[in-house]
Amino acid sequence: MTKTMTYVEAIRDAQRLEMERDPNVFIAGEDVALIGSPFGQTAGILEEFGPERILDTPISESQIIGLGVGAAAMGLRPIVCIDFMDFIGCCTDEVVNQAAKLPYMLGGQISLPMVIRTNIGGGINAAAQHSQCLEAMFTSIPGLKIVTGGTPADVKGLLEGAVRDNNPVLVLEHKAAGGLTGEVPEGEYVLPIGKAAVKRPGTDVTIVTYSTMIYKCLAAAETLAQAGISAEVIDLLSLVPLDKECILKSVEKTGRAVIVHEAVEFGGFGGEIAAIIADEGFDLLNAPVKRVGAPFTPVPFSAVLEKEYQPSEEKIVSVVKSLF
Amino acid sequence: MKLDKQQMLSLLTTMVKIRDFEEKSKDLMLAGKLAGFLHSYSGEEAVAAGVCSELTTQDCICSTHRGHGHIIAKGGNINKMMAELFGKATGYSKGKSGSMHIADISLGIIGANGIVAAGLPIANGVAFALRYEKKDGVVVAFFGDGATNRGTFHEALNLASVWNLPVVFVCENNKFGMSVSQDRHMKIKKISDRAAAYGIPGVTVDGNDPVAVKEAAAKAVDRARSGQGPTLIECLTWRHYGHFIGDPGIYKDPEEQKLWLSPERDPIARFKTRLLDEGIATQAEIDAIDTDIAKQIDDAVAFAESSPDPAPSVMFEDVYHD
Repeated sequence: MTKTMTYVEAIRDAQRLEMERDPNVFIAGEDVALIGSPFGQTAGILEEFGPERILDTPISESQIIGLGVGAAAMGLRPIVCIDFMDFIGCCTDEVVNQAAKLPYMLGGQISLPMVIRTNIGGGINAAAQHSQCLEAMFTSIPGLKIVTGGTPADVKGLLEGAVRDNNPVLVLEHKAAGGLTGEVPEGEYVLPIGKAAVKRPGTDVTIVTYSTMIYKCLAAAETLAQAGISAEVIDLLSLVPLDKECILKSVEKTGRAVIVHEAVEFGGFGGEIAAIIADEGFDLLNAPVKRVGAPFTPVPFSAVLEKEYQPSEEKIVSVVKSLF
Repeated sequence: MKLDKQQMLSLLTTMVKIRDFEEKSKDLMLAGKLAGFLHSYSGEEAVAAGVCSELTTQDCICSTHRGHGHIIAKGGNINKMMAELFGKATGYSKGKSGSMHIADISLGIIGANGIVAAGLPIANGVAFALRYEKKDGVVVAFFGDGATNRGTFHEALNLASVWNLPVVFVCENNKFGMSVSQDRHMKIKKISDRAAAYGIPGVTVDGNDPVAVKEAAAKAVDRARSGQGPTLIECLTWRHYGHFIGDPGIYKDPEEQKLWLSPERDPIARFKTRLLDEGIATQAEIDAIDTDIAKQIDDAVAFAESSPDPAPSVMFEDVYHD
């Protein structure tokens, strides 16, 4: 059974269901309780679960993540929220040196089953300190898992999967996706972490993407189909662990790969995927691996500039066509 | 606070154990037998001994890069500690972390930490969990004077106070944040004054007197356990060595260094004199403690040296949990 939900409703649903299922799950962060988060991702949870299980914190990002680390070390399953990923610079130590490393550095005496929910991306004219995709800062940190869903169903399944995972999981939601609707499985819905999804099968080129870029990639695939190019579109869903097999299996079939993400192209996670394809799939390729990402500038404010800045469907189509 | 003989001897035993562990570790490092960084707790033993003597097994501590003393005082196993310093498979972290990251979750030792002031926000998380699960425990966060200039100190004291968390913040003011003396790293004289900013009690005690520390800790632990929230305790003390073994400490005033190492100021020599002067213990009893601890430390070194190195595969363990 599915139900039509918005992206934000799916996030809320996932948290409600997990809190109902497991009394050790609680939520803490800025603005999460009384007003239900900036985009309503936790609306109604205070009324349903009470102030012991959803807590407004001071504007203290290091403390928010530290709270999650300490509580998870004691066996709770915190969902700690950093509204915008742009603010994660304020608590990078807690993410990188504490959450990611303590289970290892303590010789496995603890696991840290904690979720860090945060919002990536632009498209809401919020300028460079509120619009970034900073996933590549964290994909090279062993100990973290990183998932990101662009559709209501995926964000729900990944979030429930993250809550049940015994590791620190960064759940990257997209801040411009809140009102997008889609069919979402009703009741508990758990997606496996570390598995990509083929969102559109194809035979001529593999488009690898994640988060809301999935929509532009699927639209580009449709346009390409009309031009006689059959594109297979892979939604990674999980950046760490990365489903290499899914990517390489697809490239084996298509012989071409284009990686698309909203983050800055230079130094972006797409580079790692391109390197893996070159490294492990060189003989499969009929064309160079291409990347489509944002230019190497901060995210600009003006709607005109931001539209130009974000990778477009047209750009994806033209880069794919350049491979033929 | 009136302590019985057993309590007093217990304080001494803990302090001697810490000192001997630290002196032995220092010697091993200078002899080239230990690698990495070693931040000696020598000189600060009265703080760990006094505070941890007020904690039960349900209570937790979050420690620092200078953490051996806290771990020993909370009951840590010195064989496993020494083995970790040697990077051996039998160490607390299977040889993956070394001196700065020793933990024993079964004893409520949530861990030392290589990042200054990182333990405070985590201590609040532990305290939150204890309260969430309706347990009676309290959490002690240890840190130095330098840590009180980090944002995490302020974030943590603020949250603990506004949420009334069962935490005791114990500042070991050894007068230096790495090489920078207190008068060069903060404008105020008393770090306990910082408590006022968070509406919680702040006290300054003689950190080289285990009984004074114990008294302050008792009050703060009781306050935390009874749901009245956190306290900031500043313990005035002195590290005998530099920031780490190998740092000659040229930034210390030699006269001040001499004073703090004198039998009148050193926490162990001073406490022994007191035990004798007050007729609490005989020289023979004190000597027996010294002898017993010396043997325990020798045994720990023997255990560590005879332990196997970690297998290369250990590197891949504990990165992720199923």
